[in-house]
Amino acid sequence: MSEIITYREALRVAMSEAMQKDERVFLMGEDVGRYGGSFAVSMGLLEQFGSERIIDTPLSESAFTGAGIGAALNGMRPIVEIMTVNFSLLALDQIMNNAATILHMSGGQFHVPLVIRMATGGGKQLGAQHSHSLEGWYAHIPGLKVLTPATVQDAYDMVGLALADPDPVLIFENSLLYNAKGALERQAEPLKIGKALVHREGKDLSIFTYGISLFKSLEAAEILSKEGIGAEVIDLRSLRPLDDETMIRSVRKTHRVLIVDEGWKSGSISAEIMARINEQAFYELDAPMMRVCSAEVPFPYAHHLEQAALPQPEKIVAAAKKLMEGI
Amino acid sequence: MSTFVMPSLGADMKSAVLMEWKVKEGDPVTKGMVIAEVETSKGVIEIEVFEDGIIEKLLVEEETDCTVGTPLALIRSKDEAVNTKPTTQDLPKSPSEILKEPEHEIMLAAERIKASPAARKRAQELGIELASLGADKEAIHLAQIESEITAKIPQPSGMRQAIAKAMSRSNAEIPHYYLSASVNMTPALHWLEEYNKNRSIQDRILPTALLIRAVVYVLKEVPELNGFWKDDGLQMSMQINPGIAIALRKEGLITPAILEAGQMDLDATMQALGDLITRTRSGKLRNTEITQQTITITNLGDLGVENVYGVIYPPQVALVGFGRIMDAPWAQGDTLCVRKVMQATLAGDHRATDGRTGGKFLDRLNQILQTPEELL
Repeated sequence: MSEIITYREALRVAMSEAMQKDERVFLMGEDVGRYGGSFAVSMGLLEQFGSERIIDTPLSESAFTGAGIGAALNGMRPIVEIMTVNFSLLALDQIMNNAATILHMSGGQFHVPLVIRMATGGGKQLGAQHSHSLEGWYAHIPGLKVLTPATVQDAYDMVGLALADPDPVLIFENSLLYNAKGALERQAEPLKIGKALVHREGKDLSIFTYGISLFKSLEAAEILSKEGIGAEVIDLRSLRPLDDETMIRSVRKTHRVLIVDEGWKSGSISAEIMARINEQAFYELDAPMMRVCSAEVPFPYAHHLEQAALPQPEKIVAAAKKLMEGI
Repeated sequence: MSTFVMPSLGADMKSAVLMEWKVKEGDPVTKGMVIAEVETSKGVIEIEVFEDGIIEKLLVEEETDCTVGTPLALIRSKDEAVNTKPTTQDLPKSPSEILKEPEHEIMLAAERIKASPAARKRAQELGIELASLGADKEAIHLAQIESEITAKIPQPSGMRQAIAKAMSRSNAEIPHYYLSASVNMTPALHWLEEYNKNRSIQDRILPTALLIRAVVYVLKEVPELNGFWKDDGLQMSMQINPGIAIALRKEGLITPAILEAGQMDLDATMQALGDLITRTRSGKLRNTEITQQTITITNLGDLGVENVYGVIYPPQVALVGFGRIMDAPWAQGDTLCVRKVMQATLAGDHRATDGRTGGKFLDRLNQILQTPEELL
């Protein structure tokens, strides 16, 4: 039985259900309690679960992320909310030097079953310190899993999947998606971590994307189909691990690749995807791979400049056409 | 101002690819001048212009497929006024352009063929040479390779298809009759040997040329076999343009004409034949040569064939076949002796002529080959 709810509600429902089922699960972060979360995701949870499980923290990402790691090491199942990915850099030492490495450094003795949720992405005129898409950076780090739910179903499923994982999992929620509505099937078997999902089949080119860019890519694919170009749109869902198998299968089918990513190009996940296809399917390529990414600038505050910096459906359409011409 | 259009180079031709312009805008042309090369199912053909004038404008680019009747160029007669400004290509090049060009050419020559990895892999699997696809400007993509295999494997060549069409039509439409005669070639060969003795190797006359000359000679006496069956009637041709079946090096066969062979003596016939063979094999025939044959001559003697029973190429009405010249027993008076004997055959269109006409032709052919000096 499916219901139509928002992305925000899906996350809240998933956390609420997890906390009801498992008393080790708790949520902490800046303004998650009384304020209901910076993006109102945890609205009402304080009333439901009390201040022992919905914990407002001081404005110190390093401290509360570290506390989350400690709790996880001691058998709890913490969910740490960081307001935006830009602020997570204050906790990068904890995330990278502790969460990602302790299993390895303890010779496999200590897992860190920590879930960190954070908002990512631009488009809301929040300026250059709140708008970046740095999830690709985290995908660089062995020991972490990096999830990027785009749909309501994935927002719900991925909270459960992340909590069930014995190791640290980062969930990147594009802040423009919180109000997006979609169908949720609570009883459905969730698609595993590390599996990409083909959202639209196509024979002419493969568009690899994730997060909010999925919807821009689907919009572009619709426009392209009217011009006789069949774009296959694949939601990567997870940036670490990447689903090489699904990507390569699609490349073998279409022989043309377009990557749409709100991150920057240089040293990015889009570059990583290109490298993998190059390593594994070079002889399947019928044209140079292309990317539609954000402009390589700190995100502008001005609305028109910010929109110009972001990937947009028309940019995707233009790139796809160029790709079909063989560049 | 007149328009030069893609000519029809055969009844079955619908289009041809304009391969190369031999003239550029502003060039003067004279009637009969070759101004372009086109590629048809019969090979590359040179096409001639039918008037004097000046090329005003070339309307299609090279390597364009044009249907018959497509305007290709505008030709201005000499007395028409010039009403256009000089085109950029007439302007002298700037020194920097002149300097750049050779360097550019060297760069291109050294360049690797651009092909996508997928195209490269597929081409390798199929054994297709990328160079054969001739992509000098743009990269080769997978689709080109795939279209290459569909073009390569199951379909017969364009020429094969053209021959198939013409022959099917011939067999369906033309009621053939066949006649043959044994010709004692000893006197002719003997005479030819003597005749060639005093000539340099390149000026020697081949027996084939003598046979062509003999056919042309006799056709003047039996003109009913030289012409076309058109609109339910025989149209005899004033010109005698025998189409000579010539095998191509690769595959296929083409029957270009020796034009106005009726005006040629033996030496001229030999010269024309040599020239025709050379140009056929190098793919440099003219449109008139492949469209204006009035009769076909097939000589399969070199393959050891004794009798040729040919299929007439429509709309022609006759085909003369020559077999191998071989040593054979020959009754001369009361004596049995060995002579050089050849079977001459005639396939005739029974709508146009009767066996009697064909018989007369073979009889005269036989006679004239006994007195070859008359063929000079």
